Amino acid sequence: MNDEPLILAFCCHYCAYAAADLAGSMRLQYPGNVRVLRLPCTSKLEVNYMLAAFERGVDGVIVAGCLEGGCHFLEGNLRARRRVERTRQLLAEIGLEPERIEMFNLSSAEGTRFAEIATTMVDRVKRLGRSPLRPGQDRIEQEVMEIGRQAEAMLAEDKR
Amino acid sequence: MIVADRKKIPEICGMIENHRRVLLVGCGTCVTVCLAGGEREVGILGSALRMALRLRNQGDVSVDECTIERQCEDAFIDILAQRVPEYDAICSLGCGAGVQALAERFPKVPVYPGLNTQFMGILESQGVWTEKCSGCGNCRLGEFAGICPITRCAKRLFNGPCGGSRDGKCEVHPDLGCGWQLIHDRAAGLGILDRFERIVPPHDWSTGLDGGPRKVVREDQCIADLCSRA
Repeated sequence: MNDEPLILAFCCHYCAYAAADLAGSMRLQYPGNVRVLRLPCTSKLEVNYMLAAFERGVDGVIVAGCLEGGCHFLEGNLRARRRVERTRQLLAEIGLEPERIEMFNLSSAEGTRFAEIATTMVDRVKRLGRSPLRPGQDRIEQEVMEIGRQAEAMLAEDKR
Repeated sequence: MIVADRKKIPEICGMIENHRRVLLVGCGTCVTVCLAGGEREVGILGSALRMALRLRNQGDVSVDECTIERQCEDAFIDILAQRVPEYDAICSLGCGAGVQALAERFPKVPVYPGLNTQFMGILESQGVWTEKCSGCGNCRLGEFAGICPITRCAKRLFNGPCGGSRDGKCEVHPDLGCGWQLIHDRAAGLGILDRFERIVPPHDWSTGLDGGPRKVVREDQCIADLCSRA
């Protein structure tokens, strides 16, 4: 498992998260390298959260939002797309391959598409190789858990 | 508002790479509004710099972050004074005034600019800022229907457009409105076109940068010893 890439998927509650759930219900097979983090909308995702994921050492990032025009919050996914683009520009400046992050659009009914996206990104990141910022296997899992804890805390703060 | 944008990461890395502990200092005023140097941008740059330095095998350079309300005022810099001795360099995400205010306050610490200060301008639309004022120190907007020929005309002309004005656009860039076309249109709307029948005398540039560093003094607001400071 040590050489396997680790990918963090920021998934919108209204589409990609449900699609990932559906992929499971459909018993679809896809690589187990993807850790899913649920967001209320991809527009919740700021550039610094995506950078923080790379700083903690993940090898790739998936941002998965609703189909364009189908955002629960009207245009959250369009804003997210611009932020992902800015993150890609920053990664290029830093010296990391921008291809390590990509935004995808899908509906909650597309369990198959979620599995395809996961496979696509795992294949791509395998070609690029492990992130030079990646810590050891145990550490990276902890780092991803920590990102998840921070996200939960942030969402709890929002609900207050 | 002062408008700025961020320098490229490799340029900033090049400035700070020979230091061990670097403090990124954001500014909560103009550069926050133009999304260049506020708390969020400091966070983004901090993360980006730490990664870039690690990729250059300079991961031992630590980069910490903070943002103060206003870098251009000493009273707000007080908040930093206790922290700064822990660092051997500062990278400011303030405008040029902020960078120099920090440099004056901390004479033994190198202060590097993280931003390129651009101009005084306004928000044209979300994410787009436009230059409106060159800070010439001798405002004549009243003579030119409220549109500044120094800032808006690429050649800083005072007596009408140059030969490069075509269909209301400047020859410098096809998207750039001719400053004098704008002045003419607004003056026509105001019914004051006859004002431009007389020749406008040359501008006194001594109140601008050509006159050396400028100073504004309000004696009624001064505390004597502070006012005498250079």
